[in-house]
This record gives sequence, C-alpha cells and structure tokens, in this order.
Amino acid sequence: MTRSAIELKAEAKNLNFYYGPVHALKNINMPIERRKVTALIGPSGCGKTTFLRCFNRMHDLYPHNRYEGEIILYPDKINIISPEIDPIEIRMQISMVFQKPNPFPKSIYENVAYGLRVRGISRKGILDEAVEKSLRGAALWEEVKGRLNSLAVDLSGGQQQRLCIARALATGPRILLFDEPTSALDPTATSKIEELIIELKNEVTIIIVTHNMQQAARVSDYTAFMYLGEIIEFDKTDKIFTAPSNRLTEEYITGRFG
Amino acid sequence: MEDIKKRIKNIKLWNGIFSIVSLLSTFVGLVLLFALMTDLFMDGAPRISYKFFTSFPSRFPEEAGILSAWVGTLLLILVTAFAAIPLGVAAGIYLEEYAGKNWFTDIIEINIANLAGVPSIIYGLLALGIFVYFFKFGESVLTGGLALALLILPMVIMATREAIRAVPNSIREASYAVGATKWQTVKWHIIPYSTGGILTGIIIGLSRAIGETAPIITVGALTFIAFLPASPVSTEFPFISFKWLLDPFTVMPIQIFNWVSRPQQGFHVNAAAAGIVLLVMTLFMNAAAIYIRYRFRKKIKW
Repeated sequence: MTRSAIELKAEAKNLNFYYGPVHALKNINMPIERRKVTALIGPSGCGKTTFLRCFNRMHDLYPHNRYEGEIILYPDKINIISPEIDPIEIRMQISMVFQKPNPFPKSIYENVAYGLRVRGISRKGILDEAVEKSLRGAALWEEVKGRLNSLAVDLSGGQQQRLCIARALATGPRILLFDEPTSALDPTATSKIEELIIELKNEVTIIIVTHNMQQAARVSDYTAFMYLGEIIEFDKTDKIFTAPSNRLTEEYITGRFG
Repeated sequence: MEDIKKRIKNIKLWNGIFSIVSLLSTFVGLVLLFALMTDLFMDGAPRISYKFFTSFPSRFPEEAGILSAWVGTLLLILVTAFAAIPLGVAAGIYLEEYAGKNWFTDIIEINIANLAGVPSIIYGLLALGIFVYFFKFGESVLTGGLALALLILPMVIMATREAIRAVPNSIREASYAVGATKWQTVKWHIIPYSTGGILTGIIIGLSRAIGETAPIITVGALTFIAFLPASPVSTEFPFISFKWLLDPFTVMPIQIFNWVSRPQQGFHVNAAAAGIVLLVMTLFMNAAAIYIRYRFRKKIKW
C-alpha cells in the first residue's frame, strides 16, 4: 500500500492506552483515510472499542484512564489525545453512534437539535433546517416528518439508531464513530444502517467497530484486525478478506477462533 | 427414593410454617395500625369543625383550636423546604456527577449516611447552639425551620443521588459525545429525568419533618401561643415582609403533646382531633409523592 496516494484524515502514532494498570492498547500505528470507511474487527476484549473511544476522548469521562502517543487529526495536525486539548473541542468534531440506540427521552426534534443547542444555537430557523437535513441524511425524514414532536423512544429500534445517527450528523462532524451500531438490531434494520454508512462516506470519514465480519466486508474500505490490544493486520478490506498476510487474521476471518 | 420423599416433606413443612409466621407478623402491623386509627377517629372526629381550625388555644377545651399550630407548621415547613431542597439537591448532584472517587468523597458519603441515623433531638441541640445562641435567630420560625432542614438534609441528598443513579449511563455518554459540558448534561438530562425521584424524596422528607417534635422543643418552640406570626404580605412598600421568620411559633405535634399532658378529658379529645389533622396532612403529602412518582415514570422511558 503506498502511503502517499491516500489523503489522511487521522493517524494513530505509537498509541498506548491504559485502564489503570491494564495496558489495553499496545503501540498502535494506523492511518484513517478521508471519506472512507475503516472497520475494526477482532474477538471480544481485543481493544477495538477502546481504540474507537480514543478518537473522541470518551475515556476522559472515567477516572484512572491514560493515553500515550498521538492520534493526529488532519488537516489541522492537532493531537486528539493531548492533555492540552479540551475533550469537548474534540467531541464537537468527532461524533459517535453507540452499540445500543440511546435516544434521549425527548421529542425526535429535540434529539436531533441537541448538538446545536449544546453549541448555543437556538434560532428556530437554523434548528429546523439542521433537523431536516440530518434526518434526511440518516434516511429517517420520510418516516418521521409528520411527528417530529412525538417521543423518540416510541420509534422502533432501527429507527432509534438512525435517529442517533441523525443526532451525530447534525453538527457536521469530521469523523463519525460507530461502535457495533447494528448489534441490537434485526437484519432488515441492519441492512438499512449499512446502506446508510456507505452513503454517508461521501460526506464524512467513518470508523466502525463490528463483530460481524460480513458487515466489515460489505461496508468498509479498510479493515484492521486487532488481537490482545494490538493491530495484527491493517489493509484494504478486499485484501484482508481474500489474501490476509497474517496467519492469525486468516484464522479469525475463516472462523477458526474468536 | 422413600428417603428423598420424606426429606421433601420435611422441607415443605418448614416452608409452610414460615409462610404462616410471616403472614401473622404482617397482620400484627396492619391490625395495630387499624386499631390506632380507629381509636383516634372515634375520639377526635366529632371535635373537628371550622371553628377548631380558626381558634387559638384556650384554657377551655371546647373553645381551643389549632390555628396557631397549623399556621406554625406550615411556615416551618416552608422554611425547611427553602433551606433543605436547594442544598440537598445540589449536594446530591455534586456527589453523583462531579465528585471524583477519592478518600474525600468517601468521607463525605460516610458522614451523610451517618447523619441520617442521628437522633432528631441531637439536631435540636445543634440548632440551639448554632442558630439560637450563635446567630441569635431567637426561638423563632427561622430557627425551627432550619433545624428541621438539617434533619431532612441527608434524606434529600440520598433521594437525589438515588434518582440520579437511575439515569442510564448511555444517556450521559450520548450527551457528552456531541460535545456537551457537564453542566449542560446535568441541566438538560440529569435533572429533568430524575425530577420525579427527587420530588418524591423531598416530599417524604418534608412529611417526616411535619411530625418531628423533639428538635422543635429543644430550640424553644412555645406550647401556648395565642397569636399568629407577622403577616408575610403588608400594605406598604415593599409589600413582602420577612418579620414572621423571627417570630415565636408552635407546631401541630407540640400542640398535641401539650393537650395530652393536661388532666381534663376535653383536651384529650382536642389532642385526638389535632392528631387526625396531622395524620391527614402527612397522608396527603405521601399521596402526592406517590402520584408524582407515577406521573414521571409514565413520562420518562429509556
């Protein structure tokens, strides 16, 4: 893979992460290409979610967590995990969609508008426009446009997850993080989310953690296979799934372990 | 085989015995409560009238009423609420959302848990020392209200923490993930979603405060008051007066205690009637707490 050909959005350099005494991520080096989908796969406990949550500093919410190394965000070349950088500044640019749909117990409208309200925007015209644009972006607008003021928790699971995507999109993020976004959804809702992810990469860089190897193969351009806190192999998705160069990767994707 | 059957029979016997014992224990409580209530109502109900609520205490049992007592209770609870709610809720929010997990927080937590178990008369002594002698608030509504506020503060803090802990962590993460600050998360999510639980705790705390006697006697509430505290509204600018805060007062439980300790039968009837009023007051507050909890449970789903 020639490095110069790709346009970087972010890059992890010698990233280490510790939960108290537990060394959870070990010397991670990995590029994230702009407007592409990068998938993180690996067995449970391999550190893929831990890695993902470094990108928007979610680990800062809990005590005794420690980062070492760098995650450089391009084009500004700031180090995301530097203690001098306010995590709020990072989260305003890098949003996240979680494993279980977690809409607020508020209206559909307020859920999507939340990110803007957090930034102090309250002009109805701006909010209305952003809510519609984000709901369209999350392929949910047609289903909910007549009932924006009804409660978000009354939507189906798949709709709730798309609402959470709309909420993450509303503030125009530069990177969108997905943490196993379909693990709580049925196959129909899952395929809708997958289509959406492929659609979204035209506008935003995406990193997705998934347990489901078919899903990684379907939606991603790059795949990283992680094991015991290390990146075992990182390459173009086609290459990883057809001709992996590492024996562990091959055993994992053929289902022999994990 | 026979052996196993015998053993099962034996175990089942104990099962039956225990269920009967627990049923009887439950009934003892229920029957006692019912008997007490009936007795109280039989004695006091005929005495309750409009005049009973609008008369001051008197030397003659048939002319005596509970005006100064229920007004005193109401004003006291007002002071208690104004002091205990902001302090308790803020402390609860701090401990759940802001405080780090360290030895300092641990000490605060142990202290609050212990405070909840301190006998109420100790709070009375504390209030006597601090509010009466040190701050010179006198034996006033303010002193009494603050004493009760101290008493229910641990309850309010615990109820607030309990309610906040019921908010799922996924909601917090969802809020932080779009770049919200701690205060924005608390203001837009934590407080609104835990209001039901917090209000319930507050009301139960206040209804406990209504019935407290010991700390109020300690800070020097009078047992015989034939006047009302100054009116909180006046006809002159600025129309609101806080003079009542420093007036002497009495409260329902003290009035009841005073009447019971008199030899005349007529006063005992008065005590029973005042007891009914006090009971109804606390029942109403508890009912309000249950209703609020029900309303909020229905409104907030995760």
